[in-house]
Amino acid sequence: MSKIAVKVDDLTVAYNYKPVLWDIDLEIPEGVLMAIVGPNGAGKSTLIKSILGILNPIAGSITIYGKSYAKQRSLVAYVPQKGSVDWDFPTTALDVVMMGTYGGLGWIKRPGQKEKKAALEALEKVGMLPFKNRQISQLSGGQQQRIFLARALVQDASIYFMDEPFQGVDATTEIAIINILKELRKASKTVVVVHHDLQTVPEYFDWVTFLNVKKIATGPVKDIFNDDNLTKTYGINYKVSIQK
Amino acid sequence: MDLQDYFSLVFSDYTLRTITLGTAILGAVTGMLGSFAVLRKQSLLGDAISHAALPGIAIAFLITGAKESNILLLGALISGLIGTFWIRGIITKTHLKSDTALGLILSVFFGFGMLLLTFIQKQPNANQAGLDKYLFGQAATLVESDVWLMTIVTSICLVVMLLFWKEFKLLLFDADYTKTLGFNTKFIDILITSFIVLAIVLGLQTVGVVLMSAMLLAPAAAARQWTNKLSVMVFLAALFGAFSGVFGTAISASQNNLSTGPVIVLVAGVFVIISFIFSPSRGLLFKQIRVIKNRRDLHLHKTLSFMYRIAETHENISHPHAIKILNNFHGYTRGTLQKLVDKNYVTIDGTMWSLTEEGFKTAANLYNQLTKQNE
Repeated sequence: MSKIAVKVDDLTVAYNYKPVLWDIDLEIPEGVLMAIVGPNGAGKSTLIKSILGILNPIAGSITIYGKSYAKQRSLVAYVPQKGSVDWDFPTTALDVVMMGTYGGLGWIKRPGQKEKKAALEALEKVGMLPFKNRQISQLSGGQQQRIFLARALVQDASIYFMDEPFQGVDATTEIAIINILKELRKASKTVVVVHHDLQTVPEYFDWVTFLNVKKIATGPVKDIFNDDNLTKTYGINYKVSIQK
Repeated sequence: MDLQDYFSLVFSDYTLRTITLGTAILGAVTGMLGSFAVLRKQSLLGDAISHAALPGIAIAFLITGAKESNILLLGALISGLIGTFWIRGIITKTHLKSDTALGLILSVFFGFGMLLLTFIQKQPNANQAGLDKYLFGQAATLVESDVWLMTIVTSICLVVMLLFWKEFKLLLFDADYTKTLGFNTKFIDILITSFIVLAIVLGLQTVGVVLMSAMLLAPAAAARQWTNKLSVMVFLAALFGAFSGVFGTAISASQNNLSTGPVIVLVAGVFVIISFIFSPSRGLLFKQIRVIKNRRDLHLHKTLSFMYRIAETHENISHPHAIKILNNFHGYTRGTLQKLVDKNYVTIDGTMWSLTEEGFKTAANLYNQLTKQNE
């Protein structure tokens, strides 16, 4: 058994009165590519936002390699949903990717040549180098997503959390993201992705977590990605053709 | 006094110089901070804060009984801050949306302030006259110490902004991400908001409670049109704000009885209108010109591709055809035809046209070229 990268114990999160996540226990082993699937409102984004300390849970504890998130921050990178920011913000693609270096810099210190070089390398990796000086509102949705991915890559973390990176992107971007995911796995990084397209789960991921307020199941895709768990998660008799 | 007199007097006349400096500095600091408010989609926050400051002014007067402007502004600052934190409280603790919270605090505080003002006016204290100048502001009351206060606050604000530039930008663009990187977003947020409150309070004496939010928003909205860089936007907003202050003061000083605050706001409004129309990349004028030009180009290409399809069916591509047959096609006009001739794609002989070698080649690759151009 490999090391546990992220451990979630008894996590409960609620907006006002309604629980969004109920008593979640979850262990994410090091080096897996994990998809989190579940219907809308199942708490998928809430789960990763809680792990990242953006939301305050009502109860439960979360550890990254055995310590609290605040202590392990430099090991974790985050790719938020593309729609969570205003893309008309006055800045360039390169500048957004540079933001990935801010955490390492800490308060007040400005990014320099070293940070710029890292940002350019990340842009190269996602195939966006020719667009580095482009105003971000003039990028397509897929290109914006790749910019967000590059920003996380700059953080050079061990664990990556991505919130629906495949949402509304074209084929070029999808392939670019998949290649990055594969590369991250080769470097034995842990990647957790909120994912919507059930058809591609067996192809892209090796682990999966079924979530619908409660945790339904978690484990290797080949063992647990079946009609039984899908039906339990989505409530309807969900049939997908699973290619094993 | 006309404008020319004003500009010759501004360097020699003490009062005029004080007022001009004051409004210029005020415009610069509100423009600068206004950029942050606009980018955070908190445009209305300024309006709520300035209205919320009114009861503070009245209460400060009631307690001290003196019209010392620094004490009144301290009252304004306290009640403005209370208003701001109540707004935040309402948004986080209830289901109400931010516009509701802003409107609620704005009207309740303003109503309470007006009530206190009328109460004060009924008092026998002879000192009370003129408190209502805080409603619309009166730049003429600015004295040197006020200008010093503005300068100090602006300098502090500038230093803090330069120090925390990276953090400000990050928070403005992506607050959640800022949190995951380990920055205390609450601290940055309070820092920005406090400075906005401070700038508004400083402007109350000059521009007044009712119009103050325009000083925050107008320069920033105008500046956004000219640039896609945050630093340039903040700098331009400060510049527009300062110019609005100077020109507003100049106009109001050269035309008797024109109140300075509203004139400054109107000048800022003119900056906005000019920017909205004439900015090269985002302005309405150039946008419209680009739309028309694109449409024309498409017409031209459609006509050319129609000709191409006809010429394709003949062995000799330059075989002449009657112009009449083009009439079936809606894109055809005399103008487009002439343009095609100018580009050497087509030759015209009487009522007949024929495609040239070059025209044929261009038309064959038309679609590919168009998609390439748009990439």
